[in-house]
Amino acid sequence: MMNMKWLEQWFEKIEPKGKWSWLGSTYEAFHTFAFTPKAVTRAGAHIRDAVDMKRSIIIVVIALIPALLFGMWNIGYQTAMNTDADWNWFYMWWFGFLRMLPLIAVSYIVGLAIEFAFAQYRGHEVNEGFLATGLLIPMIVPVTTPLWQLALAVAFAVIIGKEVFGGSGMNFLNPALVARAFLFFAYPTHMSGDKVWIAADLWGSDAIAGATPMGELAAGAMPTASALDMLIGTIPGSTCETSVIAIALGAILLLFTGIASWRIMLSVFLGGGAMGLLFNAIGYNDYMQLPFYYHFLMGGFAFGAVFMATDPVTAAQTNCGKWIYGLLIGSFAVLLRVCNPAYPEGMMLSILLMNCLAPLIDHCVVARNIKRRASRTSLTSTTSTDRKEAHNG
Amino acid sequence: MKNFDLIKLPFNKNNPITVQVLGVCSCLAVTAQLKPAVVMSLSVIVVVVLANLIVSLLRNTIPPRIRIIVQLVVVSTLVVLVDQVLKAYVYDVSKQLSVFVGLIITNCIVMGRLEAFAMVQKPWSSFLDGIGNGLGYSVILIALGFTRELFGSGTLWGYPVMERLGLYNIGYENNGLMIMPPMALILTGLIIWWQRSRNKDLQES
Repeated sequence: MMNMKWLEQWFEKIEPKGKWSWLGSTYEAFHTFAFTPKAVTRAGAHIRDAVDMKRSIIIVVIALIPALLFGMWNIGYQTAMNTDADWNWFYMWWFGFLRMLPLIAVSYIVGLAIEFAFAQYRGHEVNEGFLATGLLIPMIVPVTTPLWQLALAVAFAVIIGKEVFGGSGMNFLNPALVARAFLFFAYPTHMSGDKVWIAADLWGSDAIAGATPMGELAAGAMPTASALDMLIGTIPGSTCETSVIAIALGAILLLFTGIASWRIMLSVFLGGGAMGLLFNAIGYNDYMQLPFYYHFLMGGFAFGAVFMATDPVTAAQTNCGKWIYGLLIGSFAVLLRVCNPAYPEGMMLSILLMNCLAPLIDHCVVARNIKRRASRTSLTSTTSTDRKEAHNG
Repeated sequence: MKNFDLIKLPFNKNNPITVQVLGVCSCLAVTAQLKPAVVMSLSVIVVVVLANLIVSLLRNTIPPRIRIIVQLVVVSTLVVLVDQVLKAYVYDVSKQLSVFVGLIITNCIVMGRLEAFAMVQKPWSSFLDGIGNGLGYSVILIALGFTRELFGSGTLWGYPVMERLGLYNIGYENNGLMIMPPMALILTGLIIWWQRSRNKDLQES
């Protein structure tokens, strides 16, 4: 790493001192972004591991890349299909890249500006958390989302979803989903329906009509796309969440590195599948008769299960709690989809609801564990309390 | 306590909504537009001022064990009067406020002032305390009603502000979340945040 020497020296030269020391946390943020921080804990017995927050966030970002690249291609593919344009695959990708670039840029600029401002004002270090959140937000919105609305949603998510609770690691809701929920409730005409999913041209928010499988089902029809199309992801939808295969590649990386919990990921699918089978058994209408595995392929189910539900900050922390949390997310998502046509996609609301309940789930699991362990040593403890009660009585 | 403080403190250090966190349900429910918020504020001011005055006058004759029911009788009488006046003169707003006028009876601010202040203070102080707390409640309600109507519906008191400014032509849209009650809660939270960050006395360690 000899060639990085100049950068390190440059960092040392510009380290803010004296009257500039208030810029410390901004400097710190860029310095740790470029170099591994040298500061380690000194007191106490700690297991020192290379997987710090910076590395785990970077792995999440890498895991998102397959879905991101495929999503870019799919944006171009959908436009080309619907305008009868004769584009080759690279031009389709390039078109999607140019459409996604402003969304990603707005998300990062607005979010990081607020993060830096808060860190600076409160005098703590800038956390890497937003590097993943800032990429997730543009990946789960329709491609035609107006940029000012996206900026507003990112600001809302970072301030109300995260900073009011004390910043990264303190938030109880997933900030990326807060941004999407904000857009969904504030500007519903840009977030649902069938006129938002396919970009009409390179600029602006004009869209070509084209319903997603979720939209068709909510309207009472069966999806026109085949299961294979949904698996590969060549369907209209939010920018980067259509391809289950691309998401699976990211999931493999997350599971292999242990960043995401396999318990949560598996139990979300189990919960969704169980609820899907239950509806199949009832079979009251067409939607209920839909094969259960369709729920995994449509909408944001797979993306939510892999990247959103597994967010370690907002998920349940105990192993048993993770199973409950995941099962409930999956089953609520399918329940909302099938039983409430006002919300065609239940995954977002389901995960946000479970984010709120995760501390309660953990509390119950821990309390039950304490009770069980107390009863294991019950012989001594009960006799002593019995004696005390007898004495008092 | 000085008389001026009775009016001044509820605006800042002792605001019924942002510091005592009372009367929050009506503050979320009626502030989607400015007009109902103003009418609701006026109703609460009238009720809390008169109830404070009457209960303070009666305070030495009320047996302590049945004081709550006596207070409730006074408040309900006033609320019924206010409700009838609203129905007679501003029927449309009365329809919009629906059950929330009747619910002033159980508004924690009214009950709180009666219990904590009017039962033990002289009529003039109680009268001023009612004005102060009523206005302190109104300030928050009107601020919320103003923000929510302006950004949620693009109007103010029914006047299409955003349309006249020509903002819709350049791509502006109304924020649907603003007219939902959760946003009122978030806005109230933001006001509390702003107030506490300015005021050292309100910060818990």
